Amino acid sequence: MTLTTLAFYLFATVSVASAFMVISARNPVYSVLFLILTFFNSAGLFVLMGAEFLAMILVVVYVGAVAVLFLFVVMMLDIDFAELNEGFLQYMPIGATIGLILLLELLLIFGASTQLVSQSALPQATPEGMTNAEAIGRVLYTDYIYYFQAAGAVLLVAMIGAIVLTLVKSENPRRQSIAAQNARRREDGVELVDIEPGQGL
Amino acid sequence: MDNLLLETYVWPAFFVAGHSLLILVALLLWLAFFMYAERKIWGAVHLRRGPNVVGPFGLLQSFSDILKYLFKEVIFPTSSNKAVFLLAPIVTLFLALSAWAVIPVAEGWAVSDINVGILYIFAISSLGVYGVIMGGWASNSKYPFLGALRSAAQMVSYEVSIGLVIITVLLCVGSLNLTDIVMAQQTVWFAIPLFPMFVIFFISALAETNRPPFDLPEAESELVAGFMTEYSSTPYVVFMIGELANIVLMCAMTTILFLGGWLPPFDVAPLNWVPGVVWFLLKMTFMCFMFSMVKAIVPRYRYDQLMRLGWKVFLPISLFWVVLTAGVIQYFGLAG
Repeated sequence: MTLTTLAFYLFATVSVASAFMVISARNPVYSVLFLILTFFNSAGLFVLMGAEFLAMILVVVYVGAVAVLFLFVVMMLDIDFAELNEGFLQYMPIGATIGLILLLELLLIFGASTQLVSQSALPQATPEGMTNAEAIGRVLYTDYIYYFQAAGAVLLVAMIGAIVLTLVKSENPRRQSIAAQNARRREDGVELVDIEPGQGL
Repeated sequence: MDNLLLETYVWPAFFVAGHSLLILVALLLWLAFFMYAERKIWGAVHLRRGPNVVGPFGLLQSFSDILKYLFKEVIFPTSSNKAVFLLAPIVTLFLALSAWAVIPVAEGWAVSDINVGILYIFAISSLGVYGVIMGGWASNSKYPFLGALRSAAQMVSYEVSIGLVIITVLLCVGSLNLTDIVMAQQTVWFAIPLFPMFVIFFISALAETNRPPFDLPEAESELVAGFMTEYSSTPYVVFMIGELANIVLMCAMTTILFLGGWLPPFDVAPLNWVPGVVWFLLKMTFMCFMFSMVKAIVPRYRYDQLMRLGWKVFLPISLFWVVLTAGVIQYFGLAG
């Protein structure tokens, strides 16, 4: 019974409780905030396992970027809670099915993991004399570089696809030409005219 | 058994708590005088006197301001979300202060000298945006909300270039540990070989901390006071201290990443007699001075200019420098 165990139970409890709050909170902004708390506690669990690099990356990527965008979108939604609850029964069978499948898969993995120890899906200690970041780098960029590159290419294609899908071509696009703006001089825009009284231009 | 418990947990806990408290008090004092110095600098630039009434030369102005705010009434806007409204400034301050746990002010002076120090700071400072968003949303008011939205976009954009700048430095160091980063600058500060990155980091730091010329989340001519419009009294002070602490944190980060941390400029006799903490504070003072000068002399950017600068100028340049640095290091076999 050491401090580590205590910390583990603290992080684990808070993370499970806040994960529950994510799906049960009535206000979606609260949901996102609880999601952030879940991420944080998961990062704490990673630190306890000695995977401090993963913990920090989890916070940087998920909390620092992904959840910000979630919050950004959720805040701008104008949500009618009565309407939201209306479809509950209608969607429940699909949701329950998906949940059940996920649960079964998890159980299968847990059941199988004892037999698959040799194939090492379980966490392993980082090799001696290597930091976390180095070990991950070895795996990603040396052992599995082609898979990693392929994943990157898939993401790039997905990104380009999203941009192409949402690009609206307008008839008369108004584009700024920064170079033209910067090249503008006083003489191009201002003309000093000496007007005689009573004449006008 | 009792002895073991004392030795493994109690004494270290006391030591860490004391150390943290020391850093906290020093930081808050620094912030108070930084605030005062800023106002003096702006005053000097504008040919005014600046604060000169409270205490000798107005030195106690910040304390009087803080006390004034603390004694005012906390006002909640109608149908604001009270819990989130109060949580927002606390989050801002908490994040800004907790990043200081890993800053090595002098060799071995960090509360916690962790392996992934720079990532920790990057992670913590990237969370600063939550204080702003939560504050803006919970106020249930138009201007704070617009300020929060602007801020979310701005801070996320500039984080990208900050991240790439940090990567270039890390390529030169080969470690994520802050002490290692400083020690790698013994021959030359990174500000010299990586000068363009230094400039980009400084400008991105301005944007990341919502300082002029990028203070769009709180642009007073457009949004009253942005996400802080509805705040008053203690929550407002907490927000202000959090923002200032973030600025000073950025100064400390610049010092560590580019200005050689606690190392003297040249490792020669009279200079290396000075203790490291003095060098560190001197460099931090210089960076804080730069922050103040920028606020005093540069007009505010337009929102589209801000986005263009972040995504179309800084991102390509810093990405190019990452590739260039990696290439140079690999070609000349400089990797540690």
